[in-house]
Amino acid sequence: MPTKREDASTHPLASTIKLVFHCLPQTASSKKMDSNSIGVLMTCPMSPPYLEQELDRRYRLLRFWKFPQKTELLKPHSQEIRAVVGNATIGANAELIDALPKLEIVSSYSVGLDKIDLAKCKDRGIKVTYTPDLITDDAADLGIALILAVLRKIRGCDLFVRRGPVWKNGDFQLTSKFTGKSVGIIGLGRIGTAIAKRAEAFDCPISYYSRSEKADTNYKYYPSVIDLASNCQILVVTCSLTPETRHIINREVIDALGPKGVLINIGRGPHVDEAELVSALVEGRLGGAGLDVFENEPEAPEELFGLDNVVLLPHVGSGTIETRTAMADLVLGNLEAHFLNKPLLTPVV
Amino acid sequence: MRSSSFFHRRRRKFSSPQGRNQNLHRALRILSVVSPKLMENKGVLMTCPMSSYLEEQLQKRFRLLKLWDSQMKADFLKQNSQLISAVVGNTVLGADSELIDSLPNLEIVSSYSVGLDKIDLVKCKERGIRVTNTPDVLTDDVADLAIGLALATLRKISVADGFLRNGLWKNSDFGLTTKFSGKSVGIIGLGRIGSAIAKRAKAFGCPIGYHSRSRKPNANYKYYSSVIDLAANCQILVVACALTDETRHIVNREVIDALGPKGILINIGRGPHVDEPELVSALVEGRLGGAGLDVYENEPEIPEKLFQLQNVVLLSHVGSDTVETCKAMADLVLANLEAHFLGKPLLTPVV
Repeated sequence: MPTKREDASTHPLASTIKLVFHCLPQTASSKKMDSNSIGVLMTCPMSPPYLEQELDRRYRLLRFWKFPQKTELLKPHSQEIRAVVGNATIGANAELIDALPKLEIVSSYSVGLDKIDLAKCKDRGIKVTYTPDLITDDAADLGIALILAVLRKIRGCDLFVRRGPVWKNGDFQLTSKFTGKSVGIIGLGRIGTAIAKRAEAFDCPISYYSRSEKADTNYKYYPSVIDLASNCQILVVTCSLTPETRHIINREVIDALGPKGVLINIGRGPHVDEAELVSALVEGRLGGAGLDVFENEPEAPEELFGLDNVVLLPHVGSGTIETRTAMADLVLGNLEAHFLNKPLLTPVV
Repeated sequence: MRSSSFFHRRRRKFSSPQGRNQNLHRALRILSVVSPKLMENKGVLMTCPMSSYLEEQLQKRFRLLKLWDSQMKADFLKQNSQLISAVVGNTVLGADSELIDSLPNLEIVSSYSVGLDKIDLVKCKERGIRVTNTPDVLTDDVADLAIGLALATLRKISVADGFLRNGLWKNSDFGLTTKFSGKSVGIIGLGRIGSAIAKRAKAFGCPIGYHSRSRKPNANYKYYSSVIDLAANCQILVVACALTDETRHIVNREVIDALGPKGILINIGRGPHVDEPELVSALVEGRLGGAGLDVYENEPEIPEKLFQLQNVVLLSHVGSDTVETCKAMADLVLANLEAHFLGKPLLTPVV
């Protein structure tokens, strides 16, 4: 399909053909013929395979991870690459952007943007899109799942049973109730609000910290994270990662949360001073933690592996088939909109 | 003695779920101050270990006899039968017909549970024996666990944690799981616990359907007159009804087939609610998508075929086993016993 940037056909029926083509179901071969000259760089493997398959079908897909020497890819192909598809693991940093002179758009398969050099994109006029909202429910569900799993020691009990085959009733330890415990949320954006809504159904009083008080909520606002931590039993990190929020959970906040408090991190690893967290948990100065993210993924602190008051997940926040498929469709939709000169579906403002 | 209007004013103030518990606690504090020595000679038989806190308190206030202290239970009962005015049982060992018959002076069975399937209620009624249980105080914990099981099963929380701790994350990502929010939830039994589950699931955007003996006029949820219809129309089926002769094996082959290979069964009711061999073969053969189980037909035995499955979460009947709730349940057992022996109205009578 011709775009404004390419030479428009001078055929008298060009616009009719365009309209008919647009209305026809796009076949694999016709799609490839039209856009297979557009180079799209995928930064790393992403699951499910659906996204890679569709990118391969629609564009000239270059897979960054197939080139151990990155220059092998970039030198011969840098002029072709007009789009980068990255994610929360590998995005588009300054070095990559500099190596791609024809880059027009970065379509991120994530909601977090900390792996994209946004300032550089802005300078170069490179568009950036992401996948907001889609992961809200999954991330919020995971926040609640972590709380329940930590407080009720679900994994510990499951392992106890599987050691079986017979357990004596009542031998697993007593755990801790969730309903009614006070929940403090750092960052009351989409995900924070979704967590609050769910926790309210468990009769949990909700409070929050955020850069500024939100006018349209009934929850109690605390102007500092330490105050929030002192006044809640379960502290949930769900703000975006910026230089200001790095190590927003530090020694003082952990001490304020205390030996009966539980920390849930579904934000980013660097939100938490991990060394302090580990020593607090090992020494019993913090009651428990549910962590989906770590400072140096895929490394996770081995000192925590023997503890039964922690739940450790390998960054699965939005890792459901339903959500990843919807995210993939949004990445594809944004790319398509860009190359058809239509308004982007979810541009980063 | 406090006046009845004192209780009335206090009860009005505490009408929320937390309030009801607070009300019970206030009643306990008041009752326990009044003449504990009157009850020192009242024989109370505890059927099995259930709570060390409850055991201590029973020891302090009554003449406590522990059925498990003796290997020869029949002799033990024979020797002490005249002394025993009360039985404290639970979901493992309650008060069956044989036990009741052996205790001629039995006046009250105060169950450390909400489930009554281990108590011969008919016999109690005939003999004029009062029965109390512990409703409400454990509703929240059991409902929390149902949601915890659904999330843990769908999002494979335990499996993912094991994947990380076993060092596998260094080499590959964990696979994709399936979303909870928005899935349709079907609840068998819309009593206290079923309603609490529905309230929580709604906050995840889950459409709610239910089956019960009769439609509930105050429920805004879709009613299904048969369990099969409910199972055919939901993705997560939760068993939350009482165990009776009618509800035994209420989840059978047909219901499991209706739920299907993408469906999840959550059982926080009783093991006998589910035809366990059918459940196991459906899971092993992939005819059912997954299960989160807190109860089994022959506790403490669990079918070993389930141990290798990653789409099941297996717990050891811990529905209400939190520190907070166990204490509240124990306090309610004690308060009911004290109320009985002081000739006051029982707090949570069943019979």
